[in-house]
Amino acid sequence: MDRLRVSTVWLGGCAGCHMSFLDLDEVLIELAARIELVYSPLIDVKEYPENVDLCLVEGAVCNEDNLDMIHKIRARTKVLVSFGDCAVTANVPAIRNQLGLKNGESVLQRAYVEGAQAMGGLPQEPGIVPALLDRVMPVHEVVYVDYFVPGCPPPADHIQAVMNQVLSGAEPRLQGAQLKFG
Amino acid sequence: MAAKTLTIDGKQISADECATILEAAADAGITIPTLCHLEGVYDVGACRLCLVEVTGISKLLPACTTKVAEGMEIRTDTERLIRYRRMTLELLLAERNHVCAVCVANGHCELQTLAFNQGVDHVRYEYCFPKWEVDNSHALFGMDHNRCLLCTRCVRVCWHIEGAGTKNVSGRGAKARIISDLNQPWGTSDTCTKCGKCVMACPTGALFYKGSTNSEMERDRDKLEFIVTAREKKQWIA
Amino acid sequence: MVIDDLTEIADKERAARKRYTIRCCMAAGCMSSNSKGVKEALEDAVNQAGLQQMVEVRGVGCMKLCCQGPLVQIDSATAGATFALESNEVGPLYQKVTPEDANSLVSTLKGGQTPVQRGDPRHPFFSAQLSIVLANSGFIDPERIESYITAEGYQALHDVLRELTPKDLIERIIKSGLRGRGGAGYPTGLKWATVGKAASQQKYVICNADEGDPGAFMDRSVLESDPHSVLEGMAIAAYAVGANQGFIYVRAEYPLAIARLHAAIKQAKKYGLLGSGIFESPFNFNIDLRIGAGAFVCGEETALMASVEGKRGTPRPRPPFPAESGLYNSPTLINNVETFANVAPIVRKGAEWFAGIGTEKSKGTKVFALAGKITNTGLIEVPMGTALRKIVEEMGGGAPDGGKIKAVQTGGPSGGCIPAEELDTPVDYDSLTKLGSIMGSGGMIVMDETTKMVDVARFFMEFCMDESCGKCVPCRAGTAQMHQLLNKILAGNATTRDLQKLEELCYMVKNTSLCGLGQTAPNPVLSTLRFFRKEYTDLLMPDAFGPRPNAVNGTGHAAAGRNLAPTEGVPSSGK
Repeated sequence: MDRLRVSTVWLGGCAGCHMSFLDLDEVLIELAARIELVYSPLIDVKEYPENVDLCLVEGAVCNEDNLDMIHKIRARTKVLVSFGDCAVTANVPAIRNQLGLKNGESVLQRAYVEGAQAMGGLPQEPGIVPALLDRVMPVHEVVYVDYFVPGCPPPADHIQAVMNQVLSGAEPRLQGAQLKFG
Repeated sequence: MAAKTLTIDGKQISADECATILEAAADAGITIPTLCHLEGVYDVGACRLCLVEVTGISKLLPACTTKVAEGMEIRTDTERLIRYRRMTLELLLAERNHVCAVCVANGHCELQTLAFNQGVDHVRYEYCFPKWEVDNSHALFGMDHNRCLLCTRCVRVCWHIEGAGTKNVSGRGAKARIISDLNQPWGTSDTCTKCGKCVMACPTGALFYKGSTNSEMERDRDKLEFIVTAREKKQWIA
Repeated sequence: MVIDDLTEIADKERAARKRYTIRCCMAAGCMSSNSKGVKEALEDAVNQAGLQQMVEVRGVGCMKLCCQGPLVQIDSATAGATFALESNEVGPLYQKVTPEDANSLVSTLKGGQTPVQRGDPRHPFFSAQLSIVLANSGFIDPERIESYITAEGYQALHDVLRELTPKDLIERIIKSGLRGRGGAGYPTGLKWATVGKAASQQKYVICNADEGDPGAFMDRSVLESDPHSVLEGMAIAAYAVGANQGFIYVRAEYPLAIARLHAAIKQAKKYGLLGSGIFESPFNFNIDLRIGAGAFVCGEETALMASVEGKRGTPRPRPPFPAESGLYNSPTLINNVETFANVAPIVRKGAEWFAGIGTEKSKGTKVFALAGKITNTGLIEVPMGTALRKIVEEMGGGAPDGGKIKAVQTGGPSGGCIPAEELDTPVDYDSLTKLGSIMGSGGMIVMDETTKMVDVARFFMEFCMDESCGKCVPCRAGTAQMHQLLNKILAGNATTRDLQKLEELCYMVKNTSLCGLGQTAPNPVLSTLRFFRKEYTDLLMPDAFGPRPNAVNGTGHAAAGRNLAPTEGVPSSGK
């Protein structure tokens, strides 16, 4: 039996959505029989594979790494789902957008210099530490997103509802209070 | 008082002749979404969520300020209205910094509730991310302009229920904002009676009781209704 | 004041007329090029030449060809002038006059020569005009009521009070076919009738002089050049509807108009033409000025009334309409400056005369402020139905430096761009509406081939965004998003989906906004999209992020990429 090739990705976010996914608890075991997790922070795969059926994206697009990653994901994935408020609205990571242009610099300054307890200095490691984008964006501002699962995080039963819809061949459409932001 | 007969979404109803479409619909059990309407104060027709279609009239009419008329055929659920409502909500969500996850009113917010009821699963417009201040100068309450919809409920309750006239609107366009007295920190207002009616009236987390943390914000909307009923009907129903 | 007094003033004024009149434009346009200095220099020159008994130097209102200002024209009351008259009594027109030119100009009255550039009063810019509203503009001294009275001023008010019942008067206005000149074109007589029928002890008349469209200066010119014509029109309207108090709401950016209105009201009161018992009739009418503080939205009638009341100038839903419940909740008649200026001529010359001018549904004339990429910038008044081509090519002289006209914008931020192919359109309310534009208050901005239409759309959207009062969501937040989308398109970062979003927003804002500002704000975008869509699509970038075939597994079409229902290439799940 072919299982659905599913990935989960963690961009600029707190990993809470992944925690919530793990809150599916015993449902995870049922799911395991029907999906194949091909890429995820929960497993040890280094390169985003080709030919993925469904990807749950957690987090906003905050830095250049995120940007490259989401383009790669879109190219290799059939159905992209914005998973959680950071992906859907940019949420907390985007609060720095209120600081205007060049906010990336001032945010780092605040965190790594002003707030440093010892050895303050801006992190600069080209090729390793990605540069922050001028503007944090929700995923659909960068690439086409097929479906949206808001929530901070989306409660496990919403995730279960989505997975059930997907596995039954229906469009994953949440309704009413299941669409609640926050 | 004469009654008028009309239909809303195909349902035949009768309503008092001075009733608005919004009131008539509510009596008939039909909910028309709105954000600026508040029981007990006059309507301003500002949020445009309650727009309805009336047969024979090409313009969309705000249900909150349009009186019923004999034989009116009203529709509240056409594809166009549903689409416009959703767009209006998206415009509101993109306009200021509505971060539900960290808002005191999370779970008790009319904007949030309306958004999911109208099927807003994401916002198609670019978020504006304006820079707004939080006025924490008042001893009891706070005002977070990031979450304000400019529905002016606070202004109306302040003037017409409390009679204090502390709250007002200043500026225009996207820069319009709620101010206290002569655009001064709320805490320095001479006119504010600290009654808290503005906080009770606010649909979002823009006005909040100090000390309430994330998701705690419950409103004493009953209190406003109590006062209005007492004043208008001389009935003191707690 | 009785009619004999009026005649006496006019006779005295005529008797005092000198052989030569040097008219010097003292409207805002020429004043900004130092026409005040020119006038003073001319007065000095006349004195130095010892010609005080023969020559009057008169400050007048707008002489229309604003781009050539300061303008000076010399008339002769009798034949045998030392210079050739252009027509009747109208003498040579001098352009771009400086104070240094004064001596040589005055010398022409004694047979001298002047090097000052001469204009051509026979040019179609002047000869194709038909002046009703601007009949006195450029001829009378707007700062002297006697000058207006000499031009038959306040005759109409007298006749109305003596000879017409309010009902007959309204009937006459209805018959004339006059429609509101503020933009929407509502029949003026019907509006008067509604206010007249309203049962109320207290009614008001308001003159909307909050002219705010970028590039529009018709009302300013009327107020600066002939303020009494507006006062008289308002008084006649007040008599028709039964009002005893009027307000002129004029924007603070028009200091000269305000000063002249102040002076005019003072003079009219002094002569008893405003106040109690006008022309010894029981009719009382006063006019006060209210100065707007620079908000475009206050030109919207309900916002205007709120502002007159001293409140924040934001619109409110209609009904109730001002005619039922307006200023201080009383029935209120609101008309535009130009509408009021049409009233006295209609009363004087008759409804039939007025209805004989213009087209079937648009009667009379319309004043336009010609601006933009056009040779002759200035003020024109033409019969309704005049072809746009005649206005911009013959009268306006086409684009300067041999440029090609691309479009004409009418109606300001509420209007649209009419492409060059449609220049044969007659200018009337209905034809312009058909083209997705509006008559508007009369701003006419000409654009040549160098103009980028998306830029134009963004300019007007920015204007509306800044001027939105912020009350209703679609206008406040919708204009901001449309502006952002236009920016994105101009920056080359937009895709077809952004263009779709823009169009969808246009219709949404148009259909859901509370007042006219929001309802018409998308018009410049919609009309440029209608006639110049290619300029938009040329700026779009390929939709790289859109729904598309999955390039990797090659299952093909977009639908398969969006729907997980078992299809070819998708592993069927859970069977």
